[in-house]
Amino acid sequence: MNPSTLASPTLLSVDGLVGVVFLIMVAITIIGGLIACNSDRLVRSVAGLVVCFIGVAGLYFFLNSPFVAMMQILIYVGAVAVTISFAIMLAAPEENKKIGPPSILAGPLGFATAALITGGFTVLALKTEWHVYKKLNDGSMKTIGLQLLTDYSMVFEVVSIVLLIAILGALVIAREGRDN
Amino acid sequence: MRLTLLNVIVAVVLAIAFAALNAAYLVWAERRGAARIQRRPGPNINGPFGLLQPPLDGIKLMAKQLTIPGGADKIMFITAPVLAMFPAIMSFVTIPFSDSIVAKNMSVGVLMIFAFASMGSMSLLFAGWSSRNKYSMMSSVRAVSQAVAYEIPMLITAITVVMIAGSTDLMEIVHQQSRSFLHWNIFPLLGNSHNILMPFSFLIFFICTLAETNRAPFDLGEAESELVAGFHTEYGSMGFGLFFMGEYANIVIGSCMTTILFLGGWGCPFGLFPGVWWFILKLYLLIATFIWIRWTFPRTTIYGLLNLSWKILIPLSLFNLLFTAGLIKVF
Repeated sequence: MNPSTLASPTLLSVDGLVGVVFLIMVAITIIGGLIACNSDRLVRSVAGLVVCFIGVAGLYFFLNSPFVAMMQILIYVGAVAVTISFAIMLAAPEENKKIGPPSILAGPLGFATAALITGGFTVLALKTEWHVYKKLNDGSMKTIGLQLLTDYSMVFEVVSIVLLIAILGALVIAREGRDN
Repeated sequence: MRLTLLNVIVAVVLAIAFAALNAAYLVWAERRGAARIQRRPGPNINGPFGLLQPPLDGIKLMAKQLTIPGGADKIMFITAPVLAMFPAIMSFVTIPFSDSIVAKNMSVGVLMIFAFASMGSMSLLFAGWSSRNKYSMMSSVRAVSQAVAYEIPMLITAITVVMIAGSTDLMEIVHQQSRSFLHWNIFPLLGNSHNILMPFSFLIFFICTLAETNRAPFDLGEAESELVAGFHTEYGSMGFGLFFMGEYANIVIGSCMTTILFLGGWGCPFGLFPGVWWFILKLYLLIATFIWIRWTFPRTTIYGLLNLSWKILIPLSLFNLLFTAGLIKVF
């Protein structure tokens, strides 16, 4: 991007509105994450997670990859979140109860982990030399498919092995439940 | 068309108006159709043919008090009906009614519509859970297990059509069927695909649409005899109204998708009128079939329903997918 587009555009121009939409998406993601972490009721946490996923999908869409954005909604909102809420509803009837007082170490340890991760990402983001392209490729299904089966076929295979292991694990757990 | 802010706003307002109007007047059509099938008059007092019934119903619903049950989760209780309507309206944005009438054509149109359709089950879950009513809860669990089960064969069938067209762009899919009406995807041999299984794909897709929109004979989620009224038992006033409008808006979207994927979209068999009228004709014929089926078939059982999907439709649609892939590879 050339510097002229980075110079703050007026609010009602196209660039300005796009920026506002971007900020709204970021806000939705963060608010969703906060709801997911801080609510007492598990189902509300799932609702927060859904909001967060939608925000992330909006960010993908903003970054010129509509395919990934739609897959994010289809898979994470439509399948993963529904499955999680299913599991919660079937497994935990007393969702109002707190699980118990948190241990003394939970706060500092959590804070340290969060600080470590945030610091790591910050250092990474600052140290990396970013190549800013206007558009890397068209982000279409065809391009993604070709890339997955050529340049990134190894990643593709590893992901399918992970999924296979997950399915086998689910089957094993379900079998044990059946014997009882 | 230049993409200005005004254009976008007009398109979105039109999409919302179309969704809401359809939802309101399909309730009227449904009641008239039911009455005709059951040999009774149906709503015919207010206005000619009872056409003023939907706005009056709307006013009545809005004037009512929105009661929230004591133990309910207030925020989610109010959010759920909104979530029922929101994905339906989002989907209308990308549906092409003719080669020029579309709010925003997207290269991933098919995916977008299925992505937002899959959000509908979240609203059912939230509604059932936040009402604090065991019948609502059971109903929403049923409705969601049904939605998850039928989403799979529906998506697989949609993928076969996408493979034949080589695109997820809804306009492109219609353009490929536009040579003559024998090139519509539903027709075997002469159609685009030369695939003799296409009529079965159409049937699978249509059955899945029925199940996804919780319509009879698959309306196990609102089985009155077992579950009071299903997930919207505790909803009164416009909360109930929004669930109903969401249901009908989803029927319209399901019919639009069937028209676009299998019946050639705005393609006209004889070329008498502009395409958009053909699209609307096909759309409302499909919706009439929905209503006809609802008042003709008795409700199935939940096990029968789930078995139909997991044991029959999914294997069939998977076979269809492989068969189509083979055909595309050979020819």
